[in-house]
Amino acid sequence: MIETVLFDALRAAIGPTAAAYALLAVGLNLHFGYTGLLNFGQVGFMLVGGYGLAIPVAVYGQPLWVGLLTGIAASVVLALLLGAPTLRLRADYLAITTIAAAEILRFLSRNSSSEDVTGGVYGLRQFAGDFYDVSPFPPGQYLGPLAFSANRLWAMIFGWAVAILLSLAVHRLMRSPWGRVLLSIREDEDAARSLGKNVFLYKMQSLILGGVFGGFGGMVFVLSLQTIQPDMFLPQVTFFAFTMVILGGTATAVGPLVGTVLFWFLITGLQSGVRAVVESGILPDVAAGQAVGASTLIVVGGLLMALMVFRPQGILGDREELRLDVR
Amino acid sequence: MQDPVPASVRVRDARAPLAALVLLLVALVLPAAALGQSAESITGRLTEGGAPVAGVRITVVTASGEPVGEAVSADDGVWELTLPGPGGYVITLDTATLPEGVTLREPDRTSVEVDVFENARSAVVFALGDPVDTGPTFGRLLAQNAVNGLKFGLIIAMTAVGLSLIFGTTGLVNFAHGDLVTVGAFLAFFLNVGLGLRLLVAAPLAVLLSAAFSGGLDRFLWRPLRARQTGLIAMLVVSIGLGFILRHLALLFFGGSRSSYGEYTLQTALEFGLVRLQPTEIVVMLLSVLILTGVGLMLNRTRLGKAMRAVADERDLAESSGIDVQRVILAVWIFGGALTGIGGIFLGIVESVDYLMGFRLLLLMFAGVILGGLGSAYGAMVGGIVVGMVSEVSTVWFSSQIKYVWALLVLAVILLVRPQGILGRRERVG
Repeated sequence: MIETVLFDALRAAIGPTAAAYALLAVGLNLHFGYTGLLNFGQVGFMLVGGYGLAIPVAVYGQPLWVGLLTGIAASVVLALLLGAPTLRLRADYLAITTIAAAEILRFLSRNSSSEDVTGGVYGLRQFAGDFYDVSPFPPGQYLGPLAFSANRLWAMIFGWAVAILLSLAVHRLMRSPWGRVLLSIREDEDAARSLGKNVFLYKMQSLILGGVFGGFGGMVFVLSLQTIQPDMFLPQVTFFAFTMVILGGTATAVGPLVGTVLFWFLITGLQSGVRAVVESGILPDVAAGQAVGASTLIVVGGLLMALMVFRPQGILGDREELRLDVR
Repeated sequence: MQDPVPASVRVRDARAPLAALVLLLVALVLPAAALGQSAESITGRLTEGGAPVAGVRITVVTASGEPVGEAVSADDGVWELTLPGPGGYVITLDTATLPEGVTLREPDRTSVEVDVFENARSAVVFALGDPVDTGPTFGRLLAQNAVNGLKFGLIIAMTAVGLSLIFGTTGLVNFAHGDLVTVGAFLAFFLNVGLGLRLLVAAPLAVLLSAAFSGGLDRFLWRPLRARQTGLIAMLVVSIGLGFILRHLALLFFGGSRSSYGEYTLQTALEFGLVRLQPTEIVVMLLSVLILTGVGLMLNRTRLGKAMRAVADERDLAESSGIDVQRVILAVWIFGGALTGIGGIFLGIVESVDYLMGFRLLLLMFAGVILGGLGSAYGAMVGGIVVGMVSEVSTVWFSSQIKYVWALLVLAVILLVRPQGILGRRERVG
């Protein structure tokens, strides 16, 4: 039983879904960690990235690269729309607007009158063919006891490669003059402004870049699952990504990646453990399915609270760098 | 619902209780001998406006067109025909035999195709009565939705006052505020359905408990965090974690389905000119108005209320003029918790109780609070009512699936045009 739990946890921790979340987290880290932007609607970028990729391919029969470009374009547009009204206001306005925007997008893609384009609640399928056609792995089972299929392995390697590359890019960027301006905005917006920097423009660039990362996350997510449905994009996805960033270490280059792996390992391990306990009949009166989901999410909530209270710098962060506050 | 659907599917839709009733009636009325002959049969009950319709001829043929037989509806409106075996059948209602003045609701839908499974007794529904397209007039629809919006808006307003005051006094954007609504609703649910107290007793008790719970949160969570000088963003993230815990504790203990309180569920709506309202809805609206007025008076007239507004307006000034800020903040939490508790119970009465009810409300509360002006209690009331009205009235023209979208768009527009909100002050936002 312990072996099953361990393998379940490991499978999730390195799997393609985790890679997609890592991309969300890297983007969020750019927003929250380096620029001090409270983006609570990262899942909205994930949604437009995913639908941007899926709709041209599945509905209009375009090749995958068209979908890729639409997904990126959609993320940029969303960032512009969100940033224009809120980036001049205090941080919590952005938080409320972004979470609202993500919910608007989910409601709209669920709506039955958009069924011709988004597939409504049923979503879309059959857009990932091109992606798996270029997979170098012949069919079979990989990674021993983890039993990854060839497709899953390909999605995983692709997703993590993108996530690691983008993390490296963020690391470099933060050492550039551009990155130092972002950090100075986070530390003291007025000081940056008094040195003649266009704070609004820098914040917007950060929002766009991190949003596109989120869009990539959405693309990797839907490619690995080979389906897209509106309810994959619940607000809690953003909060998971936040927990990952904070767990790993806000404003560090590898923090989001470490946080993502650890988060999925813990959560899936816990889920698998609770399920095993429920199935073994030790707790007879628990409604099994709900108990597993609910207790995991209670732990996520507790983890988020405990981290914020006792170790806001996460595993790798520097406490001194985290004097974030609403300005 | 307009396409002919197999009976097996049809039974699961909203008419299921009716179909079940029909089956029960048929089972009681028909002699047992008739049931013994063949296992498959087809049945239905014709009613118009609740009254049975008798003497209507129903003919049944197989899917390939061979005649099977016909039935005539009895005095109680029930008709039944035994079938030769499982398979597909076409059931046709002879409109010529309908009594004078009675028509099919969908005039073209005179026949229905049904797949009858082995040993199944399939129910077929022919809806009679006025055609659907002469539904409510535009004025009636608008009035009804406006009143529904007012009802919903009053509930939002009540819950949003606490959110706004908490922000004003502590600077915290409380993302767990929606889940405090859920806590209130479920406390009442537990006392009412779980312990069997009458709702009139359970509801006030639940409000007291929500207030105590909310005060406890301030005393044992937020005050220590403030004492540690935790940043506002860190506290905001803590509130997200707290919300997660509360929401999913509700899921763990009460399950994921919607439930209702044990009383006041089946009520006849009363007509008031253009609108129909259930007695509970009227009581909820009247009480909401009373409570909001009381809140307004309390903030405006009492010492504590003035202190709350003073701390919300300018904390340092309030503190230096001798107000015990920590006590005022605790009072705001208790007060806000009582209001979210009331809002949750009201929402549970007029709609239903489920673990996501508060979280769904949270974004609308934010919209209301920002619309009215972040930090202002009166603004939260006005904003909450506007948001409720906008989302309900939008369903006159647009799909109800996206009714919250309009409310959230109001939020976006107000941020573009007047970010300090209707009643807010300019310097709060920068």
